[in-house]
Amino acid sequence: MSGRTERGASRHPCQTKLDRKANCYQECPLVTPAPLIEMRGITKSFGAVKANEAVDLSVAPGEILGLLGENGAGKTTLMNVLFGAYAPDAGEILVEGRPVAIHSSADALAAGIGMVHQHFHLAPRLTVLENLLIGIPGKSGRIDRAGGLARLKEIGRQHGLNLDPNLPVSALSVGEQQRLEIVKALFRGARLLILDEPTAVLAPSEVDGLFAALRSMAAQGLGIIFISHKLNEVRALTHRCVVLRLGKVAGRVDRPASTTSAEMAKLMCGHEIVPPTKEASTPGASVLTLDGISTSGHGGTPLRDVSLFVRSGEILGIAGVSGNGQRALADVISGMLRPRAGAMTIAGKAVAQFSPRELQGLGLGRIPEDRMTTGLVTNLPLADSMVLPRIGTEAFSRKGLLNPAAIRAFAEAQIKAYDIRCPGPTVRAGALSGGNLQKALLARELAFDPKVLIVSQPTRGLDIGAARFIHEKFLAMRAKACGIIVIGEDLEELLMLSDRIAVMYEGRIAGTLSSTDATVARLGLMMTGAEGHA
Amino acid sequence: MSAVFEQIFQVGFLAAIIRIATPLAFATLGEMFSERAGVLNLGIEGIMLLSAMAGFTAASLSGSLWLGVLVAVLTGMLMGALHALFTVALGLSQHVCGIGVTLFSSGLAYFLYRLIFGQQSVPPSIDGFKPVPIPLLSDIPVLGPAVFSQFTLVYLAIIAVPLAAFVLYRTPWGLSVRMVGENPRAADSAGVSVIATRFQAVILGGALMGLAGAFLTMAQFNAFTFGVVSGRGWVAIALVVFGRWDPWRSAGAALLFAFVDALQLRMQASGLGHIPYEAFLMLPFIFTIVAMAVMSRNAVAPSALLKPFRREER
Repeated sequence: MSGRTERGASRHPCQTKLDRKANCYQECPLVTPAPLIEMRGITKSFGAVKANEAVDLSVAPGEILGLLGENGAGKTTLMNVLFGAYAPDAGEILVEGRPVAIHSSADALAAGIGMVHQHFHLAPRLTVLENLLIGIPGKSGRIDRAGGLARLKEIGRQHGLNLDPNLPVSALSVGEQQRLEIVKALFRGARLLILDEPTAVLAPSEVDGLFAALRSMAAQGLGIIFISHKLNEVRALTHRCVVLRLGKVAGRVDRPASTTSAEMAKLMCGHEIVPPTKEASTPGASVLTLDGISTSGHGGTPLRDVSLFVRSGEILGIAGVSGNGQRALADVISGMLRPRAGAMTIAGKAVAQFSPRELQGLGLGRIPEDRMTTGLVTNLPLADSMVLPRIGTEAFSRKGLLNPAAIRAFAEAQIKAYDIRCPGPTVRAGALSGGNLQKALLARELAFDPKVLIVSQPTRGLDIGAARFIHEKFLAMRAKACGIIVIGEDLEELLMLSDRIAVMYEGRIAGTLSSTDATVARLGLMMTGAEGHA
Repeated sequence: MSAVFEQIFQVGFLAAIIRIATPLAFATLGEMFSERAGVLNLGIEGIMLLSAMAGFTAASLSGSLWLGVLVAVLTGMLMGALHALFTVALGLSQHVCGIGVTLFSSGLAYFLYRLIFGQQSVPPSIDGFKPVPIPLLSDIPVLGPAVFSQFTLVYLAIIAVPLAAFVLYRTPWGLSVRMVGENPRAADSAGVSVIATRFQAVILGGALMGLAGAFLTMAQFNAFTFGVVSGRGWVAIALVVFGRWDPWRSAGAALLFAFVDALQLRMQASGLGHIPYEAFLMLPFIFTIVAMAVMSRNAVAPSALLKPFRREER
């Protein structure tokens, strides 16, 4: 808790208790701002795992506090304790200096704590207004629509958070849904707002809008806890930040803006992180071409006349706001979706069936977006999941019978080679952490030297260390003349890995930039359809 | 053929539709409330049977029909609570528990009926509800005798439809029901108790199913037989889908089914004697299957239907 009064009277903590016009400085001259929320010595264990251990944290009115940490560092657990989802084993929570017991989200809301979860808590088929009014007592037995509309308008005006009250939530963009979540918290009188990885789902332009709204809210005296593992965002937005590692406070940063990302990364991981170096490489012949591929909808945005190519020894990044056809593209290339029109070749051979087996036979490796559902079978032993795509081949079966020894040997070798942390090849795949699952998937594909590799969101949800490992493997494959397509939303990552970046917008390729021309700003523009390039 | 049609389309035909639709409307609204909250209640068939039996017994022993209705409603609520205990509080499979509730309730109904009334060659009957014509309204030609000269329970069903729509769409509780059926986590984080709301919705549903059962034994047949429900509960489940989980549409679906059922009854009686009567009996069910196939293609169930809610699961 460093003194925050230098930020001026508008944010002075006294304002919540005293009239704004009164001279706060004389009333409470000595500066320790009464924190809006204080968590003292919070400890929470799940079985033998200590998710939080003696964590202290406080937020003053008008302050944006960054909560940094890798996956499993205990950020979400800590916030769930604050929001009443978990009861802490030890420690206390104080709201404006008074200890409070928070046993449920209703208690948290009553104490003025609002939370915007990573996965939105909205009902898609109900309207914006209905989602706001849930849990709000009505007026003479009826839902108070008029009152709700007035509040919504007022909040919209105050913070620039405007929403059409009568639209169903399913008609809103992801950014708008997030806005609705924020409005929902304010609607319930939240004075402290917790945002769990709010930027993970947003396009760069939407991030700017979110930050502007958050700054406006802080300027009006709200406290904000901003959870993220994106260092640049924490540095740009927050006034102060707390870094968690393995459930404990690993450090506190009083001026994030003037602290380097490297220093903060070191606090998060406990050791220095060296970015991988991308060696120059000369791409060879095309290993994968798509020519005029169109699909008809299978739930998501269909592809419209998509043509692209990847050469050997090259990484092609596919950028775009989620939901612009990336899913269909990945499904076509991996053989899960047969296109309506267009042609595709792998290593010069035309693809006829668009079945996963055919494509795999032609030399395609794939790492799907959703590790848990399309990646592995979570209830099978890890070893079985690791050989699943090639279960019928000579390597793992003989005369129609599985060869358990070969399967086990393969899994054991890969576990060792990729440092997959697990009790052994017979462990249930679903029991592994995200990073280790991703390593297992990578091992499974790379073991067969694919000519083309397609990966979606390769490091989503992974911590810096695991992400770095994955990146290094991609670059190593690139050096071995594999052509790689990386579909992702993290532009920094795409810029670091790719030789060229194609941007998808509404099912089309809006343009392709070479890595030397591409910048976050330019890609961001193309992602919103504002700029097209041949 | 014209003679056949004349026989079919009389004032009595319209009245028959309303009468057949009444228990279906109660049952469909009951199932709808339960499903809107995210709980499929396959116990409906058994709950209707047990309520019909309990209501009949109470009326028969006490001589008070309204006491019978009350007992039927309470029985429905009790069985609803039992289903909610398994599926909401314990989070067990809604399919399995629902079928369990139906088997249990049916078995219990047979058992208790035998215990109380013994084996009789002619099933005991009661003096059931009498039609109560509404002054003035019952004088309207056609509609008057068909709609406004009915049992009180029929009027109750007619009132229940707009009332259900009001509760579901205009009250905070109704919004909570829809929210826990769509996204229970959202309701939970807004401070709404998912468990309590689901319990209430399933119990309310049970009460309506109880009314449906009461109508069968105390207004329609005035006796309890083991086949008194004969699939009406299962039909109600289909009608909820057909009615897209909306009170108005569900009531419309019940009317449509009743129309086909009334039609087949008339056809049976209308001298198309060379066709076995079983063929006519099938008609409403064939209609249900066809209607379901055609109409429910773009019906979307509540998102959280069949999904138990557990707090700590993240």
